[in-house]
Amino acid sequence: MTVSERQASPGVVAGWGGISTLAVEHESEDLERVTRHVPLTRGLGRSYGDSSLPPPGEPVVAASPRADRLLAFDDETGDLTAEAGYSLYDLWDTFLPRGWFTPVSPGTQFVTLGGMVAADVHGKNHHREGSIGRHVQSLRIRVASGDIVTCSRQQEPDLFRATIGGMGLTGHILEVTLRLVRIPSPWIYGQTHRVSGIDEFIRVLHAARDEWPFTMGWIDCLAQGRALGRGVMFAGRWATPDEAPRRPPRRLPRPTVPVTCPSWVMGQTVARVFNACYYRLHPARPRPRIFHPEAFFYPLDAIRHWNRLYGRRGFTQYQCVLPESGGAALMHELLERMARFGAASFLCVIKDCGPQGEGILSFPMPGVLVALDLPMRDNTQQVVDSLNEFVAAAGGRIYLAKDALSRAEHFRAMEPRLAEFEAIRRRWDPEGRIRSAQSVRLFGDRP
Amino acid sequence: MNVVLLGATKGIGRAVARLLALRGDRLVLLGRDPEDLGRSAADLDVRAGRSVVAATVPCDLADPAGFEPALAAAAAALGRIDAVIVTAADFATQEALEADLERCRSLLTINFAHTVVFCEHARRFLLPHGGTLCVVSSVAGDRGRKPVVLYGASKAGLSAYLEGLDHRYRSAGLKVVCIKPGFVKTSMTAGLRPPPFAGEPAQVARDIVRAIDRGTPVVYTPWPWRFVMHVIRRLPRGVMRRVGF
Ligand SMILES: Cc1cc2nc3c(=O)[nH]c(=O)nc-3n(C[C@H](O)[C@H](O)[C@H](O)COP(=O)(O)OP(=O)(O)OC[C@H]3O[C@@H](n4cnc5c(N)ncnc54)[C@H](O)[C@@H]3O)c2cc1C
Ligand SMILES: NC(=O)c1ccc[n+]([C@@H]2O[C@H](COP(=O)([O-])OP(=O)(O)OC[C@H]3O[C@@H](n4cnc5c(N)ncnc54)[C@H](OP(=O)(O)O)[C@@H]3O)[C@@H](O)[C@H]2O)c1
Repeated sequence: MTVSERQASPGVVAGWGGISTLAVEHESEDLERVTRHVPLTRGLGRSYGDSSLPPPGEPVVAASPRADRLLAFDDETGDLTAEAGYSLYDLWDTFLPRGWFTPVSPGTQFVTLGGMVAADVHGKNHHREGSIGRHVQSLRIRVASGDIVTCSRQQEPDLFRATIGGMGLTGHILEVTLRLVRIPSPWIYGQTHRVSGIDEFIRVLHAARDEWPFTMGWIDCLAQGRALGRGVMFAGRWATPDEAPRRPPRRLPRPTVPVTCPSWVMGQTVARVFNACYYRLHPARPRPRIFHPEAFFYPLDAIRHWNRLYGRRGFTQYQCVLPESGGAALMHELLERMARFGAASFLCVIKDCGPQGEGILSFPMPGVLVALDLPMRDNTQQVVDSLNEFVAAAGGRIYLAKDALSRAEHFRAMEPRLAEFEAIRRRWDPEGRIRSAQSVRLFGDRP
Repeated sequence: MNVVLLGATKGIGRAVARLLALRGDRLVLLGRDPEDLGRSAADLDVRAGRSVVAATVPCDLADPAGFEPALAAAAAALGRIDAVIVTAADFATQEALEADLERCRSLLTINFAHTVVFCEHARRFLLPHGGTLCVVSSVAGDRGRKPVVLYGASKAGLSAYLEGLDHRYRSAGLKVVCIKPGFVKTSMTAGLRPPPFAGEPAQVARDIVRAIDRGTPVVYTPWPWRFVMHVIRRLPRGVMRRVGF
């Protein structure tokens, strides 16, 4: 069980980046009970910003992680019905040994099914499998009126499409039916290699599309000039039974960061050293090998509470997708803007995105996705504003699950889909009861 | 092992049931909400990858008339009962109980009198062939303390009963296991500030299953509570009167 992976202290509800509000989490096995009369439900709080926080002044948010029962599994189709608080960590234990896995996984396993659907999460295989919404068969939702509604592609399709990627704003997800995929073995066959700059990176990512179901790049965003956008390319697929080790993968140890660190820990100097070492650690040419699946999918889960490394002020992540049509030029410009602000970071990731999913506000679209951790500094708001202006002009968009600082006008400029979403939302919630701190900030909901 | 659980729908009981299901024990779930019991049964079956729950039977600790029939139904479904595990109990803060004496009466009745009566029925089902009766009491029963005067008293009574029962029937083949959890993060304690050594249900469940397998009469869990309570049991009354815990 993963309940311990949360880090709530009573009376405070916080996002993963550290932004917090005074409120109480009502957590219970009985999610149906605790979702009555509350504005929002949250999962394991792995969204970075304020998506999972109740609006200011609302004292209570429902929390799902104790609602973690499996209700049905069909081992012909792979359809799993579970309560919304069931986590990927648990899913791993139950289904990996039986040859089943989630079709789409974000970069951490400490997420709930409800949180995955609400953010319509994407994984390293977005170019192949799309985001999680594509694999969701149906949802059971408590809507604003208090009624419980089952929706799917056939039944209340509008509510279904609005809820996938709807950041919890259409109602409280109680149960999810997700189609799992069969895997040939629980191990990963993959390769890593260094990439010398951003142009090459985009080329390599595109070239890998057909061969590799899982791809991802890490960028050393402190490297400048010719080395701008240099980094490490990761590619993988499930290993065949012949390639895989006989033994099942054991859980990796997870040391914890016990206390909140001083802010220099994640400062420029340390980042420079770390990035240079990390870059050189990887081979120049691809060398295929077998990866432990936990190390491949969830490298950051290796350290519990790693967010404490960022100190008291915490951090945010800037994650956007830039349209394919803009080519590598857009990436150049984005990286240079970041460099100008000295917004150095350990973690800068790029991914290749495939077609947009059916969720109305679903984040990914064809193009290159960039995610960059930003320690909170005095100029972080400026950095985010500047990046947002650029992304809006380029026809890209940001990922709400990571956002803490964007301004409503920038969000609106990036989201022509907002009107359709809001129309459906109003139909199900005419009084505007379901809200989050983020929806007050970005969607114009009443506080 | 054929196990009957009362209280497996939530918290510690849910975690214990999952461990038993995964290792292949056959289970009967007793509880007060039939529909909810069905969902827990489905959870255990899906997690185990096969049918492990032989039956679910309605049984409310508030209604002692139902105890015997429920246990009889469980015995019929299992053939023979090897262990009965009781994790069900009521909890309320001292303030809430002081403010509402009807609530107080019902908690004392459920946690002590009715739990004991349930155990008396369970004893009769277990004794003929031997078996284990495992009941979750609490560290709150070890010492009269300011924040848990009433709830603690119900658990003190329960712990004393379980000790006596163990002495009386161990030689006849009935092993009685009294579990004394410290603070565990479950819905029961949601909203309370976790003290040091607060435990997780999964961790406590591992200790409970081990205690049942070994027939250990008293187990503190998580383990540091054994030492914490060792000290607290020996504190002079004058000290206990002054401190807040
Ligand atoms: C290390 C790390 C790596 C990550 N990598 C990726 C990645 O690769 N791809 C990606 O897409 N995301 C990634 N994320 C983000 C994460 O997957 C999402 O934020 C996800 O939504 C978190 O799930 P959660 O259960 O913690 O939900 P929370 O953070 O608690 O909530 C997220 C949103 O979902 C809503 N929500 C949660 N549960 C419910 C419910 N039952 N009913 C209605 N609404 C609900 C909340 O209201 C909120 O708006 C990463 C996060 C971390 C910390
Ligand atoms: N959590 C702690 O810190 C802690 C510490 C010391 C001791 N304990 C003891 O540990 C045991 C388990 O606690 P927990 O934290 O797991 O509690 P919990 O999460 O609240 O679960 C209690 C369980 O008891 C059942 N139950 C309650 N009243 C019942 C009744 N009248 N009839 C039948 N079933 C009933 C509940 O069933 P429903 O689903 O029907 O509600 C639920 O399954 C209890 O004996 C408790 O006193 C707990």
